[in-house]
Amino acid sequence: MPLSPDRLPDAYRQMLVIRKFEEAIRSLYQQGKIRGSFHPCVGQEATAVGGCWAVRTDDYLTCTYRGHGQALAKGLSVRAAMAEMLGKATGCSKGKGGSMHFTDPSVGLLGANAIVAGGLPHAAGAALAAQLEKSDRVALAFFGEGAVNQGVFFETLNLAAIWKLPVIFICENNRYSEMTPSHATTATVETYKRGGSFGIPASIVDGNDVEAMYQAVEAAVSRARDGGGPSYLEAATYRLWGHMMGDPEIYRTKEEVARAREVEPIVRLSRRLKQLGHSEDDLARLESEAATIIADAQQFAEDSPVPDPADALTDVFA
Amino acid sequence: MTMLTYAQALNAALREEMQADTRVFLMGEDIGHHGGIFRVTQGLIDIFGAARVRDTPISEAGFVGMGIGAALAGMRPVVELLFMDFALVAADQIVNQAAKLRYMAGGTVSVPLVIRAQQGGGRGNGAQHSQSFESWFAQVPGLITLAPATPADAKGLLKSAIRAGNPVVFVEHKLLYNTKGEVPDGEYLTPIGKAEVKRIGRDVTIVSYSRTLLSALEAAELLAQNGIEAEVIDLRTIEPLDMVTILESIKSTARLLVVHESHANCGLGAEIIARVYEQLPNALVAPARRLGAKHVPIPVAEALEHSVLPQTADIVAAVEAMFD
Repeated sequence: MPLSPDRLPDAYRQMLVIRKFEEAIRSLYQQGKIRGSFHPCVGQEATAVGGCWAVRTDDYLTCTYRGHGQALAKGLSVRAAMAEMLGKATGCSKGKGGSMHFTDPSVGLLGANAIVAGGLPHAAGAALAAQLEKSDRVALAFFGEGAVNQGVFFETLNLAAIWKLPVIFICENNRYSEMTPSHATTATVETYKRGGSFGIPASIVDGNDVEAMYQAVEAAVSRARDGGGPSYLEAATYRLWGHMMGDPEIYRTKEEVARAREVEPIVRLSRRLKQLGHSEDDLARLESEAATIIADAQQFAEDSPVPDPADALTDVFA
Repeated sequence: MTMLTYAQALNAALREEMQADTRVFLMGEDIGHHGGIFRVTQGLIDIFGAARVRDTPISEAGFVGMGIGAALAGMRPVVELLFMDFALVAADQIVNQAAKLRYMAGGTVSVPLVIRAQQGGGRGNGAQHSQSFESWFAQVPGLITLAPATPADAKGLLKSAIRAGNPVVFVEHKLLYNTKGEVPDGEYLTPIGKAEVKRIGRDVTIVSYSRTLLSALEAAELLAQNGIEAEVIDLRTIEPLDMVTILESIKSTARLLVVHESHANCGLGAEIIARVYEQLPNALVAPARRLGAKHVPIPVAEALEHSVLPQTADIVAAVEAMFD
């Protein structure tokens, strides 16, 4: 089932919220207001929105440290996410998780993970729980193509395949595993071929096209809900910014990045919306709404209290 | 009371908890129709079916990780590792994931997962099938580590572990499965975090757990023949450590020996002794001692393995030296 054209303006706004979230983080990072690592998902907003909008709030999601977009698209509060980035008590993890560990079980977000394939078995395990409970929930596991060379990737795909679990493995192939081109690290750079080797449906989709992404994930989700088992989707995309703040990006040319900017997902969707008859003013209004959401979240986060140092000792055990 | 083996007691705990709570299910290698290599899960697949007693591939990271995911989604999985040594294959999932997810999420999720495995030497299984890791696990915030020595404690602690609502590493010992003991009839739980005095004595406190507890009790009988009455404390829980019971005991005995099968170097014995000197600096009349595996991999030949792992005679000698 395709994404209804009626929802494309909302998708555009959501993608802009993600983009502006990352831009705000970069600015705050440069001001020294954010500690630790930050791995931006700029250029990968369509995979997040197309993928996460194809499931329900009560479906499960795991992602990686480059998963701010997926977390927000799944429904994580922008305020709570921003406050977490700033290490505030109002953050989604009360300042204990930070950029790489956004979690909100109320929207199905079981956790972003700092180990590239570490979250895959968690998604499969949540899918196993759904299967055992005979619910029709499904789980999405987002990861980058850098994760396909970790052992637990293979272990999880095998287990999910033999047990026909309702889990969709979504590989965002952004072409760089940290600071190294993926063709230099990966024997089968078309990662969907690895997925297919487990005897499950596996295909590649244009990850910069939010409609294509939605449609592909939605088909896999429907199959999973109907008992058809797992699927593997490789979403072809491009990481417009570096691996993390301070990445000198010596592994690619400025020309390559400039070419990628012409086909990045927000530019693509703006063209599509204009084709559908939306005006420049319409698009400007959506962008302004996104900017307001981010400004509000930033204000909220900056105004929020820092955690009580004594709180460092809580939340270890239930 | 009913006489059960350690393996039968664990089996009863799993059966009762699976009957009481449909969220409890099992995953592991050869645990279904084979019943587990030490027969701990024997017959459970006939009662609960293959959906809840799941044979896994040899993919420790995969199925431990899936246990975590199922736990995050509200289930109560119990995963079995064939040998504790294989925990290292799943170390990321145990240490980086299970132990930390709740904290990193600011307490918004929990991981009610039990990881069972047998460890230790004594059967000539060699360096990759004989290790003891409880001292390592005790170093990881977010893990509860249990190591019962008797069938009664094995049953009661496993039931507590399944209900703990947190990640638990449940340490069994390959030489304990066929040991027998009285197990209370009916429902009971053994509390997590509580040591137990298994033998009362006035002259020296021997702290141990798991397989070496039996050696400590044996040593205590030999020492009694020489007029030394040893108090033997079974820790049962490795983390959180019950220092209260240890400190109470040494207040009267004034001598302390800690015995375990994991390597002595940087091991639990060192931690217990350090805490004793911090918390009761003047309680001991003789230097505290620890016995653990010597700092080499665990060898196969019986003579070599015995030389590396603490034996009853070593315990007797260590205690007697405190009275020289």
